[in-house]
Amino acid sequence: MKLPARIEGLAFVAPFLLLYGVVLIWPLLMGIGISFHRADLFGAREWIGLGNYATALADPVVHQAIGNTLLLALLIVPPLTALALLLALALNRATRGAAVFRGIFFSSSVLSVTIVTLIWRFILTPDAGLLAVAADALGRTPLPFLSDQALVIPAIAMTTIWWSLGFPVMLFLAGLQQVPADVYEAAALDRAGRWTTFRHITLPAIRRTLLLVVMLQTAGQLQLFGQAQLLTGGGPGGGSRTIVLAIFEVAFGRWELGYATALAEILFAMILVVTLLQYWLVTRREDAG
Amino acid sequence: MSSLVLKDIHKAYGDTLVLDRVSLEVSAREFIAFLGPSGSGKSTLLRIIAGLETPDGGEVWLDGRRIDALPPGDRGVAMVFQHYALYPHMTVRENMAFGLRNAGVPRHEIDARIAQAAQVLEIEAQLEKKPGQMSGGQRQRVAIGRAIVKQPKLFLLDEPLSNLDAALRTRTRVELAQLRQRVDAALIMVTHDQAEAMTLADRMVVLNERRIQQMGTPMDIYARPANAFVARFVGSPAMTLVPATVAAGDGRFVRVRLGSGAEVMTHVPRAGLADGAPVSLGLRPEHVALAPADAATLQGDVILVERLGDRTFVYACLADGMEIIAQDVGSSAVRFGDRVGLRIDGNAAHLFEADGTGRHAEAAP
Repeated sequence: MKLPARIEGLAFVAPFLLLYGVVLIWPLLMGIGISFHRADLFGAREWIGLGNYATALADPVVHQAIGNTLLLALLIVPPLTALALLLALALNRATRGAAVFRGIFFSSSVLSVTIVTLIWRFILTPDAGLLAVAADALGRTPLPFLSDQALVIPAIAMTTIWWSLGFPVMLFLAGLQQVPADVYEAAALDRAGRWTTFRHITLPAIRRTLLLVVMLQTAGQLQLFGQAQLLTGGGPGGGSRTIVLAIFEVAFGRWELGYATALAEILFAMILVVTLLQYWLVTRREDAG
Repeated sequence: MSSLVLKDIHKAYGDTLVLDRVSLEVSAREFIAFLGPSGSGKSTLLRIIAGLETPDGGEVWLDGRRIDALPPGDRGVAMVFQHYALYPHMTVRENMAFGLRNAGVPRHEIDARIAQAAQVLEIEAQLEKKPGQMSGGQRQRVAIGRAIVKQPKLFLLDEPLSNLDAALRTRTRVELAQLRQRVDAALIMVTHDQAEAMTLADRMVVLNERRIQQMGTPMDIYARPANAFVARFVGSPAMTLVPATVAAGDGRFVRVRLGSGAEVMTHVPRAGLADGAPVSLGLRPEHVALAPADAATLQGDVILVERLGDRTFVYACLADGMEIIAQDVGSSAVRFGDRVGLRIDGNAAHLFEADGTGRHAEAAP
């Protein structure tokens, strides 16, 4: 009787497993396989072992792209998380006004990256952009955000924060609404002020949401591509080339599929390490405390 | 000396009035129960005292200090919430210490108060646990402990027994009774369970329809309900109200005629009641007995028999469709469908006028 029950169970999950295997697992393994070859998009394969990885480690373009990507993630994830949490705290009430603002803040998330970069081009362009006009009004020289190596990364970070804000706000709002109202009332009777309440009641209660937001955003921003591609094309001088943009150029500009997949595996490992580290850092303290 | 004084408390949510000019005085160390059905305003009143709701009008005084404009933490009250409202990520010790730390109580003093409360409530072994690892009864104790350590002038308990199972409820009831002996403070408990209110409270405040219907000791309210609502709400099973009219007569006490034509002589003074005035005859089960047909006031068909062991409640349906509850001995042989004779003890009966106002039998000389 034991075996048929197992088979019956397997039959239920088989459609999902099949799809998951074919669409996700198989390409993942194939990608790892291809990364050990010199390969182009047309099927030519030559086994070169770890050759692609060795090339990547020595490639200054890759170094620059990794540096840019990490810097972008660092400039985006912490401010984005803090800003989203602040907005969620402000919008976490049942008034009509709060509902309207929730909608407004989420609206940027539904725009495609094309629209977002178009909007921000209008803002950032040094000759007639919104910021240039503002700078002119103040009697300052407009900054060339998209053509200065030192300014291009902050400009892309700003664009990304504006675009990505809605979803984390929603996650935080969902987390905040899980905290029972009577716990806040108990805190009020316990003489807890605003900061004490936030620090000792709210923050511990949404710890898991905070971790989720940081992990999702880190994994997402390490794959930043569209904004860099459309705003600057990776320029000036590779100053805004991200890892995914580099992979794109190698794969579809130079047709070097083997090398591109090797870079993709490196990015995959990076994301895995960073997010697992975050998870470990947060849950470790939970177990101890 | 009065500890808590409420003056003309008024509260509305939008157009919905929830408290209409409620005034009340609570003595020091008194145990008060706010009793009423859902929506009677009893919880709102408690939350106004705690500072969790703002009244639209009226004053709240505690120990000679007006507190209705103060934030909840500065009022000198502690509250035990219905769902306990413990801080889930803090240990029991931290839960109890949180309010004291915020108030700037010295560390050694905090430790001493927690140790004492934990000992009294027998939760010493649980101090390092988190609420999620505890049973409902233990959480209840922690919630009480968190209130005790603050040494408030007034304890507010919001439906403290409603989340506990029957066995634990009885035990906690005993513990609450002991708690009031130990603390030097007044207690106010909100409940919709009249048995809880009667067993625990020194005085009950019965609320309904936004107003205080009656205030008094449990026995006073049970014996002399101010109106038909209180009469039916306090006591279990509820008092039966039988429609009747005042029969003509000139005696000192009222004689009423029931729908069936039977007449009952009461011990309620006649003053002010006109002949033929519509009234309700209020009868507690213990004042209606089963009787042989020749000694019975009324006849009825048994529709339900409730056996409690020491006594039996017999629900009977009268000829005109009215339901009446009688009390019989525990070994009663009455069965569903039997036709029984009912004898009404008119001396103990209550009368309620058309507007609900209660009139009671003159106390025995």
